[in-house]
Amino acid sequence: MATAALQVLTANRLVDGDVVYWRAGGWVEAFSEADVFAAEAEAKAALAAAQKFVTGNVVVNPYLFDVRQGADGVAPVKEREIIRAAGPTVRGDLGKQADGFAPAPVVHAADAILSATVRKADDVSI
Amino acid sequence: MYRYDEFDAAFVKERVEQFRYQVERRLTGELNEDQFKPLRLMNGLYLQLHAYMLRIAVPYGTLSAKQLRMLAHIARKYDKGYGHFTTRQNIQFNWPKLKDVPDILADLATVEMHAIQTSGNCIRNVTADQFAGATDEEIEDPRPLAEIIRQWSSLHPEFVFLARKFKIAVGASLHDRAALKYHDMAVEIVKNEAGETGYRVWAGGGMGRTPYLAHLMHDFVEREDILAHLEAVLRVYNQDSRRDNIHKQRIKILINAIGPEEMRRRVAREFEEIKAAGTLQLPAEELARIAAYFAPPKFEKLSDEMPDGDADFERWTQTNVHRHRAPGYAIATISLKPIGGVPGDCSHQQLDALADLLDRHGMAEIRVSHEQNLVLPHVRKKDLPAIFARLKELGLATPNAGLVTDIICCPGLDYCDLANARSIPVAQKIAERFADLDRQHEIGELKIKISGCINACGHHHAGHIGILGVDKKGVEFYQLQLGGSAAEDASIGEIMGPGFGEHEIVDAVERVIKAYTLLRKKDERFLDTYRRVGMEPFKNMAYLDQLHAAY
Amino acid sequence: MPLIKHGTYAEDGFSVVTDDAALPPGGAIVSLARFKKERETLLARNAPLGVRLKAEESPEALGDDVQRLSLVVLEFPKFRDGRAFSWARMLRTRLGFAGEIRATGDFLYDQLAYMTRVGFDAFEVSDKITPELLQRALKEMSLVYQPSADGRKTIRQLRAGA
Repeated sequence: MATAALQVLTANRLVDGDVVYWRAGGWVEAFSEADVFAAEAEAKAALAAAQKFVTGNVVVNPYLFDVRQGADGVAPVKEREIIRAAGPTVRGDLGKQADGFAPAPVVHAADAILSATVRKADDVSI
Repeated sequence: MYRYDEFDAAFVKERVEQFRYQVERRLTGELNEDQFKPLRLMNGLYLQLHAYMLRIAVPYGTLSAKQLRMLAHIARKYDKGYGHFTTRQNIQFNWPKLKDVPDILADLATVEMHAIQTSGNCIRNVTADQFAGATDEEIEDPRPLAEIIRQWSSLHPEFVFLARKFKIAVGASLHDRAALKYHDMAVEIVKNEAGETGYRVWAGGGMGRTPYLAHLMHDFVEREDILAHLEAVLRVYNQDSRRDNIHKQRIKILINAIGPEEMRRRVAREFEEIKAAGTLQLPAEELARIAAYFAPPKFEKLSDEMPDGDADFERWTQTNVHRHRAPGYAIATISLKPIGGVPGDCSHQQLDALADLLDRHGMAEIRVSHEQNLVLPHVRKKDLPAIFARLKELGLATPNAGLVTDIICCPGLDYCDLANARSIPVAQKIAERFADLDRQHEIGELKIKISGCINACGHHHAGHIGILGVDKKGVEFYQLQLGGSAAEDASIGEIMGPGFGEHEIVDAVERVIKAYTLLRKKDERFLDTYRRVGMEPFKNMAYLDQLHAAY
Repeated sequence: MPLIKHGTYAEDGFSVVTDDAALPPGGAIVSLARFKKERETLLARNAPLGVRLKAEESPEALGDDVQRLSLVVLEFPKFRDGRAFSWARMLRTRLGFAGEIRATGDFLYDQLAYMTRVGFDAFEVSDKITPELLQRALKEMSLVYQPSADGRKTIRQLRAGA
């Protein structure tokens, strides 16, 4: 079963340290709402577009990480990102898992992501 | 305990405003993240997995009721209602916002607290025995010297951009409860043959990916010369350490590279020069002046009999109550390792309740130990039952001090950006497996220490049983080390062999402990048995099931 | 690059000379390597001489010759590399150097106060650091706990009423 590597772009918000995910040229707090890149070119384009938010002092350290398509939707491959998306496994009452972020499958077509990114490039608020 | 005078207070206040300006400049982009990072680290602020993390200094692990209340307040106002006590006696908050941190620091300053140099490549919190001033087996209270070192090292202009972090501990007891030999530098208060008190200085210990035990730098430094000697060590380190490979920049690497003798020679040269200049001499009056802050409370004349209590109380006194220098008094360990809880965590309710407890029983201080527990240093024995009862209500009366469920554990992959594996769930599962108190007493003293990555913040190298979490092809794996110790019999644990999966590790630990119970002689602790029989029997036992499965 | 010396912008009376270039008539800054190689010639010149040290080069290499220099330039390859703090302090105390100690390279506003304490009195700056900002930096922490090369009164001395 050969599947292309799916990727999501993430960063931490500078002002409060919150974990955020790239969506349509901006940032969201829920992993379930993040853009999923099916093609390397789209992923790289998003990472490049994200740099504006670094120099704009909105986020720090944006990076791409692998996700995979599961039965219930897209989930991170690495445990680190699973925990980062939800919160500490030892405190279910803390972090995003407690703020009601329910995972939902989100896979965008490559074209839609590219155009969305281009359209929102000027909007530096999240 | 130490009380700020106008100078200390002004210093901390100005530091807060300095950091406030740095945050401003970061938010406007005048400072980029690469520039800001060392500056925020030197104010205790990390960026972790979920959020920022603020590490607040608890100098030599001493806190007052007022400070406990402020920590509770900060937990509520700026964080998520709890704090975490660390293996360097500090407290960490896991969810502060960058924009709030200057205000948090300003609040801390009102109770004589700060986050100065709790991270970064500089001199860190100076730690000391949590039984200081209360134990009957110390030469003197190590904390006055620790306070003097704290002041000397605060914003020391020459040593703010060292090659790596620099951790200092001070000890004064036969029993080392401060892990001296694992520190970058340690000062041991000793007496010479003439009965004079002076300082033995060690350097080059450290945990991390390559653990080392400290080497002797000077056998007996005269009292007034101690700061000169410490400065000499720091100067040689700052000048001569590598700067080309972040993994090779601790002082332990330098001393291992040039050898302890050459290090002593370089230090001696600086030491002679600094002494000759005379500007860093520590006059006896100054030491006495600081020592006066640490004078113990006036001990009442009380019966030394242990009061009666129920079975739970009796059990608790067996492990968590320790001998005090004054008759009628005791030292009490407050376990922050409830079975199934997160080791070292303390809720805001508990912090406030502990403050009330201190006040109710006329206790001025509480201590933090590097084993992530709290300690009441001066408890009237007659107050023990009431205190125990209250601790029980608060979930702080687990009678497991020094036993197998008293586990040191780093935050691990649940919290930490550097981690490779989770550590807390392993601690919880081990504790649950061994929850039965009779069984714990059967096993006796057993220090398990767990780290979620090679940075070793859980001190796994110094565990009787050390556990290191690694990432093996995306799966959490755990390596066992046996025979480590952070006490006066310091040793580095020996790696057993291939690791165990997350579902296997608790069984493996149980088999190792079983091997101990089968092999031990009378009165032998786990550590003693291991040192007598070596790794082989433990290894065979640990891998038993795996061998069976293979065949 | 602008030079701030003794708190204000100053003309730089020196030029940096590479190892193989001819020496200028006026003040010259040479590398330690060149100084070692051409010591006699350089010291015989009737013009101010400066030596520029890399972060790994201890001023000790200059020995007594340091008294014959007008300037020592200490490099910060990366602001995190704090060796120059010890070099400056060594120049002032062990070597008794009273000339100009100039910082060059990557250093931050936030380091200026520490640099001043250990003996720097001149800074090669970008436009991000101005004399006003330097003054501001020096005022951020009005009290110090430990003695350094600046001879500034410590908190302990203030406590004693010195």
